[in-house]
Amino acid sequence: MNRIDALFSRLKSEGRRALMPFITAGDPNLPTTAALITELVRRGAHMIEIGIPYSDPIADGPVIAASYHRALERGVKLAHIFQTIRTLRAETATEPLSVVPLVAMVSYAIIHRQEADRFLREAVTAGFDGLIVPDLPVEEAESLMRKATALDLRLIQLITPTTPPDRALRIARSTTGFLYYVSVAGITGERQSLPAELAQNVAWLRTQTDLPICIGFGISRPEHVRQLAPVADGLIVGSALVRRLSNGDKVSRNEMIQDIGQFIAELASSLDPINTHG
Amino acid sequence: MSAPTLSEPSRQQFPDALGRYGAFGGRFVPETLMDALNRLTQEYAQVKDDPEFQARLNYYLTQYVGRPSPLYHAERLSQHAGGAKIYLKREDLNHTGAHKINNAIGQVMLAQRMGKTRVIAETGAGQHGVATATACALFGLECTVYMGEEDIRRQKLNVFNMRTLGAIVVPVTTGSRTLRDATNEAMRDWMGSSNQTHYTIGSVVGPHPFPMMVRDFQSVIGREAKEQSLAQYGRLPDAVVACVGGGSNAAGIFFPFIDDSEVELIGAEAGGRGPSTGEHASSLSQGRPGVLHGSFSYVLQDDDGQTQDVHSISAGLDYPGVGPEHSFWKECGRVRYESITDAEALEAYGILARKEGILPALESSHAVAQAIKEAPRLGRDRVLVICLSGRGDKDAFEVARLRGEPM
Repeated sequence: MNRIDALFSRLKSEGRRALMPFITAGDPNLPTTAALITELVRRGAHMIEIGIPYSDPIADGPVIAASYHRALERGVKLAHIFQTIRTLRAETATEPLSVVPLVAMVSYAIIHRQEADRFLREAVTAGFDGLIVPDLPVEEAESLMRKATALDLRLIQLITPTTPPDRALRIARSTTGFLYYVSVAGITGERQSLPAELAQNVAWLRTQTDLPICIGFGISRPEHVRQLAPVADGLIVGSALVRRLSNGDKVSRNEMIQDIGQFIAELASSLDPINTHG
Repeated sequence: MSAPTLSEPSRQQFPDALGRYGAFGGRFVPETLMDALNRLTQEYAQVKDDPEFQARLNYYLTQYVGRPSPLYHAERLSQHAGGAKIYLKREDLNHTGAHKINNAIGQVMLAQRMGKTRVIAETGAGQHGVATATACALFGLECTVYMGEEDIRRQKLNVFNMRTLGAIVVPVTTGSRTLRDATNEAMRDWMGSSNQTHYTIGSVVGPHPFPMMVRDFQSVIGREAKEQSLAQYGRLPDAVVACVGGGSNAAGIFFPFIDDSEVELIGAEAGGRGPSTGEHASSLSQGRPGVLHGSFSYVLQDDDGQTQDVHSISAGLDYPGVGPEHSFWKECGRVRYESITDAEALEAYGILARKEGILPALESSHAVAQAIKEAPRLGRDRVLVICLSGRGDKDAFEVARLRGEPM
């Protein structure tokens, strides 16, 4: 069974929600990425979203864009990323990480250049369970979806506050794994507060689909987690964590990993009361 | 003028409903922008056939921009090149000094009609930024222009003018700090602002409907050139040459001639320091099909799909992608695309100044250089039209710097 499907089925039966941190592959370097994945899982992450650095990420705010550029300037290549994940999967085959889904966030520019068939094959071989392709709207996604499904890879699609209801249903029908609900109309990045109508919009979507719904963009504080966990099946935390990767120059690698682990542990514990009673 | 026949369908029918020109085009953008693009497509479909909108647009193009722009027989340049009679389509004489105003007026009118209060734009050379700031001043809309730091340095005059016109100019400090990065920032702004903001893209690039819409607004260049050709020398030209960065002036002058197979169409890309150096911006000649800025088209990318750094002496051509319709025209063989180096463009800049008393923009100098190469082959009985897309005032400082001459 695909690890994403298995995770949500397990969490559902336990009445729990998924915590899904995002990190950039290769920022500050790939060994740190592998160490971070391990640490995040140890500190309570259920699923890891791994950003494949791209030179022109138009959906990303300054924090993630800068992280991508740092990784690319240090010469990170796609082949190295796949190799790192493949090795990590091989080395943790008997550990808790072995059931944790890894989801790649990757621009269609990269997939197309590699040719979709080859990219998907390598992603599966490396040990990825799903893909988020933020610049591939549903109109353009059909062929990739067919190919991904044939390889047991999930293609997670996004719904945003600007998506009209009928379109949201079309996206839900053609998505596998889970739906990524974007909390705000805009780019990735931490937000002080999240839109008031967010919970209501997700609750509506909940009545329309059986797919798990995860909320991302702007989530950076324990109170966001407490506010959204009741309506969602999972929460995605990106920029708030990636910002801590930019400290790579100032603190030691171990201190940075500790700091990020601590941050995720705090979010996981604010999810806990809900996960216990919710 | 050969009418399209059944065996040879018109190439003017593109794009299709998904915004495709053959295999090229489409929409490769975040879901957040899809609703804004769908609304824009619907609104544009309404104004395209709305006589009232078109009459109003035409009024501003005539009374404000100064259209039609002349089609001028450049006799001394023709003599210098030694072949075809060279005519210049004088877009440099438009208000604000380039073809960019044709599109800016159209899109800002559209923004106003959609009830938007704010307009954003990206700019390379600053001509599109100035044109958008001008149109926003004219129609009373707020204007923000994103511009790479490197381009702000080499196009100071346009930055100063944009600010005088009331626009906010936001320096972009990411990546190569040129047009490509300015486009990224403008798209990021629009992700969060599309409710009240229209994004006026300045070239035939980006997701559908932008390549179609910008082409249509710029096609006034080709329509006029066609009429003027018939009036002045009684037939269509034998060749039309235009520079291609994103490709808006080229699309504008080529499109009305696309089904006239006897008219040779030639695009001049930025060859920078030469193809072998890797320091150029020749997406069509040196690139391959890929995805950039919301569209599938020729692009300069590495094997991982990362956009490559490009170089051109001309800020307006310093872009790693190109409009999807140009990719289509290249693939079906309708347009030939060539590269002109920095040095060739600089030389042509000087030639046009001395032979005709016209200072061309460095962008347009690429087209002049290409035309000088083509003219001898065509011969004296033939007519070649250059789209002189803009004037060179903005480039004086940069040319002086490159030549090592004091201002």
